[in-house]
Amino acid sequence: MSEEVVLLDFWPSPFGMRVRIALAEKGIQYEYQEEDLRNKSDLLLKMNPIHKKIPVLIHRGKPVCESLIQVQYIDEVWHDKSPLIPSDPYQRANARFWADFVDKKIYEIGTKIWTTKGEEQAAAKKEFIESLKLLEGELGDKPYFGGDNLGYVDVALLPFYSWFYAYEKCGNFTIEEECPKLIAWAKRCLQKESVAKSLPDQEKVYGFVLQLKKAFGIE
Amino acid sequence: MAAEEVKLLKTWSSRFGLRVVWALKLKGIQYDAIDEDLSNKSALLLQYNPVYKKVPVLVHNGKPISESLVILEYIDETWKQNPILPEDPLEKARERFWAKFNDEKLLPSIWGAFTKEGKEREEAIAAAVENLKFVEEELKGKKFFGGEKIGLADLAFGWLAYLICVFDEVTGFKIVDERYPLLLAWMQEFSQLPIAKDNCPPHDKLVIKYQALYEKLHPAK
Repeated sequence: MSEEVVLLDFWPSPFGMRVRIALAEKGIQYEYQEEDLRNKSDLLLKMNPIHKKIPVLIHRGKPVCESLIQVQYIDEVWHDKSPLIPSDPYQRANARFWADFVDKKIYEIGTKIWTTKGEEQAAAKKEFIESLKLLEGELGDKPYFGGDNLGYVDVALLPFYSWFYAYEKCGNFTIEEECPKLIAWAKRCLQKESVAKSLPDQEKVYGFVLQLKKAFGIE
Repeated sequence: MAAEEVKLLKTWSSRFGLRVVWALKLKGIQYDAIDEDLSNKSALLLQYNPVYKKVPVLVHNGKPISESLVILEYIDETWKQNPILPEDPLEKARERFWAKFNDEKLLPSIWGAFTKEGKEREEAIAAAVENLKFVEEELKGKKFFGGEKIGLADLAFGWLAYLICVFDEVTGFKIVDERYPLLLAWMQEFSQLPIAKDNCPPHDKLVIKYQALYEKLHPAK
């Protein structure tokens, strides 16, 4: 049976990046298909009729949607290489909790930083830093959230690092000043090929954000 | 064998706490229920869930787990009888997708229809109608979301089986109507399960609670 793996994605999407990292960590060959979100392909609409969003992972013709669900799927199917999720139930629950925290906090609050101004933006920056500090607490002295190797929480959080420069420019603040440990962690992860080839350049993401701001009339 | 100590911090009406109760009952796990007063959170809750300070929290042999879907997967992996997730990764992904769909789309849209007013309410109702259509479609040819037996998605959607009728009564507006015969049939089946029948908050008490909330949110003009 063909192991054909297709990823419908959009280059600046942090959710797509998670799947790219997971596939790269496992050494899985796949076909990458860039979507134009203003003109979604028939394949995307067929494979994700409910959300009509990327990323969509298609394995042996069957779609899996939602990035963290995709990462877990990849980890379960290709379980013999570079495990991302711990085997102990309590550690698994802890990993799922923090990946879910990233989902609930980082993306939405980060978006507020580049889409708002004044008091709203200030509040978003504050909450963003607080959330990163909680993540720093969880990281502790470990090189990675996964311990000695890249794990589920690392994969969940890393993509947002490629958006940090955009958040900093739009919010006029420095993340490294407040969260040096987290920046050190991200740079450590970027030394891995699976991560480096999955994340776009931060300046390129900033350029994209500026385009979006112009398109939506956000100052 | 060492004694297992299982505690569940919840409230009497928490729909997220209730799905954990159902899972524990399904697997026949003995536990101590600790009902919290959310207006006066206990030191225990603040200690066990410092990040969100919310219920439910499962405490297993002194170790806390928060977030209901995380708790459900933990329970399934720790106690193997009556599994709520299948072995097959694709089927597992499907269960997780629908549990997430309930939590992020369906529940918030129905809750919005209950709590909001004016244009926001209209938008919430429109979203709920769209979401309910997808759920109805998913139930085609199945008794439960999990197939012949209930699974993670059923536990996530389970709140519909006992709370929708409360919302109907309080608002005078039926959101899950005859457009969704499969969902209505599922709600019946689910509510007849022993775990649901014996472990749902009392209907009258729920009506009082949500009536009071509704009046507070929509003061009579």
